[in-house]
Amino acid sequence: MSEVDFIAPTSPEQAARALLAGGATARPLGGGTDLLVQLRSGRLPPGLIVDIKRIPEAIGIRQEAGGFVIGAATPGITLSEHAALGQAWPGVVEGANLIGSTQVQGRASMAGNLCNASPAADSVPALVAARATCLIVGPEGRRTAPVESIAVAPGRTSLAPGEFVLEILLPPRPARSADAYLRMIPRTEMDIAVVGAGVNLTLDANGVISDAHVALGAVGPTVILATEAAAAIIGSKLDDEALARLDAAARAVCRPISDKRGTSEFRTKIAGVLARRAAVIAYGRAEKTA
Amino acid sequence: MSDVLDRPAAAPLDDGHLKVVGTRPIRPDGADKVTGKAAYGADLALPGMLVGRIKRSPHPHARIVSIDTRRARALPGVKAIVTAADFPDLASEEYEAGESAANLRDLSLNVMARHTALYDGHAVAAVAATSSAIADEAIALITVEYEVLPHVVEVEAAMAPDAPVLHAHMFTEGLAARPDKPSNIAKRNAITRGDLAAAFAEADVIVEDRYVTAAVHQGYIEPHACVASYAADGQCQVWSSSQGQFMIRTYCAKVLDLEASDIRVTPAEIGGGFGGKTTVYLEPVALALSRQSGAPVKLVMTRDEVFRASGPTSASVMHVKLGARSDGTIIAADVVLKFQSGAFPGSPVGAASMTALACYDIPNFSIVGYDVVTNTPKVAAYRAPGAPISAFAVESAVDDLARRLGMDPIALREKNAVRDGVKASYGPTFRNIGYVETLEAIREHPHYAAPLGPNQGRGVAVGFWFNVGGESTAAVNLNEDGSAVVISGNPDIGGSRASMAMMAAEVLGLPIEKVRPIVADTASIGFSMLTGGSRTTFATGMAVTQAAQKIVEDLKRRGALLMDVPVDQVDFVNGAVVCLDPAKGKADLTVAELAEKAAQTGGPIGAQVSLNAQGAGPGFGVHVCDVEVDPETGHVTVLRYTAAQDVGKAIHPSYVEGQIQGGVAQGVGWALNEEYIFDRGGRMENAGFLDYRVPVASDLPMIDTVMVEVANPRHPFGAKGVGEVPIVPPLAAVANAVRGAIGKRMTSLPLSPPKIRAAIDAG
Amino acid sequence: MSKRQHISAVVNGDPVEFLTDPRATLLDALRDDLGLTGSKEGCGSGDCGACSVILDGRLVCSCLVLAVEAEGRRVETIEGLADGSKLHPLQQKFLEHAALQCGFCTPGLLVAAKALLDANPNPTESEARYWLAGNLCRCTGYDKIIRAVMDAAAELRQETV
Repeated sequence: MSEVDFIAPTSPEQAARALLAGGATARPLGGGTDLLVQLRSGRLPPGLIVDIKRIPEAIGIRQEAGGFVIGAATPGITLSEHAALGQAWPGVVEGANLIGSTQVQGRASMAGNLCNASPAADSVPALVAARATCLIVGPEGRRTAPVESIAVAPGRTSLAPGEFVLEILLPPRPARSADAYLRMIPRTEMDIAVVGAGVNLTLDANGVISDAHVALGAVGPTVILATEAAAAIIGSKLDDEALARLDAAARAVCRPISDKRGTSEFRTKIAGVLARRAAVIAYGRAEKTA
Repeated sequence: MSDVLDRPAAAPLDDGHLKVVGTRPIRPDGADKVTGKAAYGADLALPGMLVGRIKRSPHPHARIVSIDTRRARALPGVKAIVTAADFPDLASEEYEAGESAANLRDLSLNVMARHTALYDGHAVAAVAATSSAIADEAIALITVEYEVLPHVVEVEAAMAPDAPVLHAHMFTEGLAARPDKPSNIAKRNAITRGDLAAAFAEADVIVEDRYVTAAVHQGYIEPHACVASYAADGQCQVWSSSQGQFMIRTYCAKVLDLEASDIRVTPAEIGGGFGGKTTVYLEPVALALSRQSGAPVKLVMTRDEVFRASGPTSASVMHVKLGARSDGTIIAADVVLKFQSGAFPGSPVGAASMTALACYDIPNFSIVGYDVVTNTPKVAAYRAPGAPISAFAVESAVDDLARRLGMDPIALREKNAVRDGVKASYGPTFRNIGYVETLEAIREHPHYAAPLGPNQGRGVAVGFWFNVGGESTAAVNLNEDGSAVVISGNPDIGGSRASMAMMAAEVLGLPIEKVRPIVADTASIGFSMLTGGSRTTFATGMAVTQAAQKIVEDLKRRGALLMDVPVDQVDFVNGAVVCLDPAKGKADLTVAELAEKAAQTGGPIGAQVSLNAQGAGPGFGVHVCDVEVDPETGHVTVLRYTAAQDVGKAIHPSYVEGQIQGGVAQGVGWALNEEYIFDRGGRMENAGFLDYRVPVASDLPMIDTVMVEVANPRHPFGAKGVGEVPIVPPLAAVANAVRGAIGKRMTSLPLSPPKIRAAIDAG
Repeated sequence: MSKRQHISAVVNGDPVEFLTDPRATLLDALRDDLGLTGSKEGCGSGDCGACSVILDGRLVCSCLVLAVEAEGRRVETIEGLADGSKLHPLQQKFLEHAALQCGFCTPGLLVAAKALLDANPNPTESEARYWLAGNLCRCTGYDKIIRAVMDAAAELRQETV
């Protein structure tokens, strides 16, 4: 009989020690919407489950140093209820709220979405475009790392044994800036993204894009930070020519696979479309904040 | 929104003053269903019950070299393990049980693989244990040695001369000469009329295309589930969620070589069937495990098992060629249908052939169908089996023909419509059909004239289903307070308890609240064929009505006795026996009064009727669908949908609407997203609701219905079957709407965004 | 065998205790340990919503919650929706609008709709459809379900539609 055990520590350090002791099959449990499915399907061998939801820092949204700190196990629905977060980072909230159903929103967290390391994770492109970082706790202590450094391949992370993400940190939101996230799915809800695109941009006083970040999901083994795509719109007012450059640059960085959810060719085309559309939305939002 | 269009009633009991039939009472099974009390297949727990699990083949085609169960048997808590060795090796024999015939040997081999696993998910062994964890462990400890064989999934690949052969004993039936080597083509069937070549030579316009559809699953939300108990004296009990308790009894008896009389099957509440629960997967296995262990055994499929091992319907490749005169008269049709049947023969290609041209009066045609085995799960009935598939091809071609002719698509269909007196393409002569009225209902509907915006398109398609009758038993008993119980042997999959009670209430002159319907087990009511083929409201409803009428005759006799008048001087009016001669001054006797005095007039009051109903009225549907296509992503949004259908007589209009709306939703899912996806190794890649993608609430608009009522005079209230027709037109209605929106004909389902974007890009 | 854990929780307002395997889901515990079979398992992967319950005020799929996570928490299931024999307006409207056929998805839909109206007493049709997108129904095409939810919302707001 396979051993499964469950603990719910109340401090990050206890959790890290338990995860280290639990070995290769130990897993932190946040919302569990990926973990339980993987355990049930047998993709993940049963082992130690460390519920991090009783660690105070792992739950909730705090405004600190002009930015936001989001506990790793904070469910998506909490994000949509936080007015200040929604105003500052509408794209991040959009991405998180697109994960699964209302029921899944009641459980699923951005950090779980990130550490599941799916290339199609809906919350990750907007976080990458936001230049968000993670606070990681481990046996050796705490460290921070950029969001895009967590997933290294489908289903694999850069986290060392015993390490887990405790918080996601969003930087202060500059004036005249905003973000947006769009994804393509065959239905209107409940699907895994075939392509996702997050755009975060800042305008100068004249409405010219002074800074931009574009991140694309499901078009490579991990979420792609498309610096060339961002460069294609910096210095522009997002005129048609800039949008065409963005579309082309986004497509140029795509390295998608063909699978049951979409062909490589389709994914590449849609990456361009969504990058363009997300940029238009983000630009409109940034103008409104001016 | 919903409308009812009436034509004068011709049904025997519809005098235009019905009090219950045609109203919308709350369903009798409703309160239990909204409070969580209704007990479905997986909800029963018995003392000492064991948990069963099934071990399934991971290979689409493999010889089973050996099965080693020793380590599993040694695991504490394991109480039984069965393999094909525990089931009799049956001879090939066709058995008629409901919508389609089953070959008992194939049925048995599908329940448990013997020698060869024929699809990914094919059962090879089963265990029963004291807990689910132990059962899971035991399954993992069973070692099966396979010799992997080449496999074939696609229907045309399976028909190729060099394809891996699934069944060495199978030679194509229906050919002029018996072939000299085995083939995956189980059967060729053909229906022909007139001189096709001459007619095409005469045609002014010819359209022709090749169409492809994917295998799709019925997608009932309740996985298959049962509990079985085999007693020491050989008496068996089965509780199961199915479309027919008598079907379960028969199949269990045949597969296990037991006497049907030793098996009592109690129908659980059924969480959706749509044809997919018209056969057995688990029940014989649970009985075999119970026989070995001596304890009741529960077997419940996971969703993964439902997709991999229970019946989808066929994938297909089709070819349609139509020839018409310039005035729109279709004079020639050539239809070829190649249907995947899965691991064993028995695709619905026969019904698909018979329905393909059933809406059209065409003098010259040929319809050829091929039933083709593949290394995929054996198909099961799915709502109007086969008809949506051939309708997708034919209705797409008719839409193209309308465009070529510059004709309105409804006008073209009206010009070629079958009417009363026309000999149907599949043989009989139509009587009392409401097809033209249904076309008119859509032509005159505001939806049909509503303006369309950019990137939007409108599609029309029609559909046909025979509807069937068959054997049914029903009993009606009066209680001493004058209320009634209606007992039938048909599981209620769409609201039949409500319609049965309503028909009985109408005849007995009782308010609907005074009539309680139940679905009885196989020992408590006479035989009924399963619930399927849109037969229950028609055939079982006829039995219920006749039983209620027998009670009315009995009540008249009893009333006359109590009034002390000859029976020909009384009548039954509004729930009471009345004396026709007012001079006699006799007070009316209500049903309640007569029931109370039953002991004085001959004892308990009840009647049972068993019959074999003939004369089910065929049904026709006409659908119109508006879509908008995002030209950059290929995403299709269904904006508006209206479905008109000749329902004969809507017994409970809300549930008729519900049947139509549900059929449309399934058809839209089939058209847009649903499909079985197999990897190169022949394994299903999307065996879960996440990637199988049935429509969710936000995918659909409200679905408007128009109930056209052209009475079926063979039914007491004029009813025709309604459950199956509505899934026939949507595939083509959606595809024709997409054609309108993007200007390109999409011939391969599903119309997924990558395919549409690729078609748009192809220019 | 994994060590079973003793769990105390509040289900539909009543204190409950049960012993559970750490890998068992809350749905397993509700159905098998507490006899509350109104919550259904349609998929076991959070894709159908038939097992929907409200956990500490949040709508969740009980198949995606470990039973051990329920320690000290409040769970509301379909069995707690009616007030004794008096149906909740959503239940009554589902009956009146014929918003169920086979009824298997109905408990989950009712619990999800209850959570919707608790959070948003006046949803638009589109909001209701998106909120309920995690509850699959294969019988009805959703039309009558959405009508029933909108009508129940109006009644709960003391309006008529």
